[in-house]
Amino acid sequence: MIRVVLPAHLKTLINVNREIELDVLGIATQRSIVDALETQYPVLLGTIRDPLTKKRRAFVRFFVCEEDISHEDPDAPLPEAVVAGKEPFFVIGAMAGG
Amino acid sequence: MSGVRVLVGTRKGAFVLRSDGKRKHWDVSGPFFGGWEMYHVKGSPVDPNRIYAAQSTGWFGQLIQRSNDGGETWEPVGNQFNYDGVTGTHQWYDGTPHPWEFARVWHLEPSLTDPDKVLAGVEDAALFQTTNGGESWSELSGLREQKSGSSWQPGAGGMCLHSIIVSPQDPDRIYVAISAAGAFRTDDGGKTWRPINKGLHSEGIPDGDAEVGHCVHHITMHPSRPDTLFMQKHWDVMRTDNAGDSWFEISGNLPTDFGFVIDVHAHEPDTVYVVPIKSDSEHYPLDGKLQVFRSRSGGNEWEPLTKGLPQSNCYVDVLRDAMSVDSLDSCGVYFGTTGGQVYASSDEGDSWDAIARDLPAVLSVEVQTLA
Repeated sequence: MIRVVLPAHLKTLINVNREIELDVLGIATQRSIVDALETQYPVLLGTIRDPLTKKRRAFVRFFVCEEDISHEDPDAPLPEAVVAGKEPFFVIGAMAGG
Repeated sequence: MSGVRVLVGTRKGAFVLRSDGKRKHWDVSGPFFGGWEMYHVKGSPVDPNRIYAAQSTGWFGQLIQRSNDGGETWEPVGNQFNYDGVTGTHQWYDGTPHPWEFARVWHLEPSLTDPDKVLAGVEDAALFQTTNGGESWSELSGLREQKSGSSWQPGAGGMCLHSIIVSPQDPDRIYVAISAAGAFRTDDGGKTWRPINKGLHSEGIPDGDAEVGHCVHHITMHPSRPDTLFMQKHWDVMRTDNAGDSWFEISGNLPTDFGFVIDVHAHEPDTVYVVPIKSDSEHYPLDGKLQVFRSRSGGNEWEPLTKGLPQSNCYVDVLRDAMSVDSLDSCGVYFGTTGGQVYASSDEGDSWDAIARDLPAVLSVEVQTLA
């Protein structure tokens, strides 16, 4: 079970106010986690990445284990701590004032 | 019993204000979609309980929300706005070519006859439509592919298509306005378009009388006179009586003719409202006095309407989609400010009350008159 922390705007969108848990098929990667998110919450389609190109939106970042992995290969396996559910996968709205 | 519903889009959510036909007491519900920018919220003229809302942030993109119960509950619908074909470029602020990129939906215009049909004006400027209640959107690309498209440039707020008017007499005739390209018209339901900017004059562009390049802030029309449009341009208040073939200035005695909103009385097609703003760099009323100006003669002669509006230390703005009217016997006029106030007049503008005072900055105001 993968734990995912979403930013406030996206929590509003899916009407949850807590960390969420996801079953991710295959190897846990940035891509497979976002795939699972979009499957479980279709309203998120287009909010984290472009629905056609699958490119991460410019102001969205991914953090795990206190590291920014936004610019790493989206198909790279995530750390075991995330896979084991000890550490969450953070989807972050980039800090930009306001 | 008649009633009024005011749909308010703000920088941090949407609000729905409800009153009976007396328009004295208002219930405020919201925020809906708290934290999201709600550029526009508008109901179907055919089915007032069907409401569409444009929800976006620069971080997480665009969503479209739909309500089937007058704004009590909402459901997300389609949010894919894909330009048709190869988009090419338009002009950037510095005059260099810039690729067309979707940013957000500025304006939603539900059909006059079909609650599932809506036109959407977007940034970068283009016109989209849905015929299935927002589930999917397709571009009416004839507008963007119009020969001047590559020369369009953004205004300060972006290159947005912000005004859409469908002729009630001829659904194939549609007017749109784009900042900073100008006004355009189709007579074949959106297949082909032509600029309708003759008579506009703008400083800040190389040819002040050019066919395109004018920063039109808003256009409006009374349904009984589909060939007469009123325009608030960057500077200048303008009018056409021949469907945009030519425009003439009606700024007359306005203290400043810069502004964003313009609207027409529900029952008097020659009664027009504007909110003058000091200048293109000072986006607030003159002398700190919030004044609506009304012309009962179709322009040129304007009277200030101030009763109930702050007449000192007021430095708010009124944005282009933030004014609307109801169609009760005594026409109600409504507008919202960047200071979070929504003002309403139930006597055609003679006097005003704040029906909401401390909302986030107001982006849009639409009014539904309920049977």
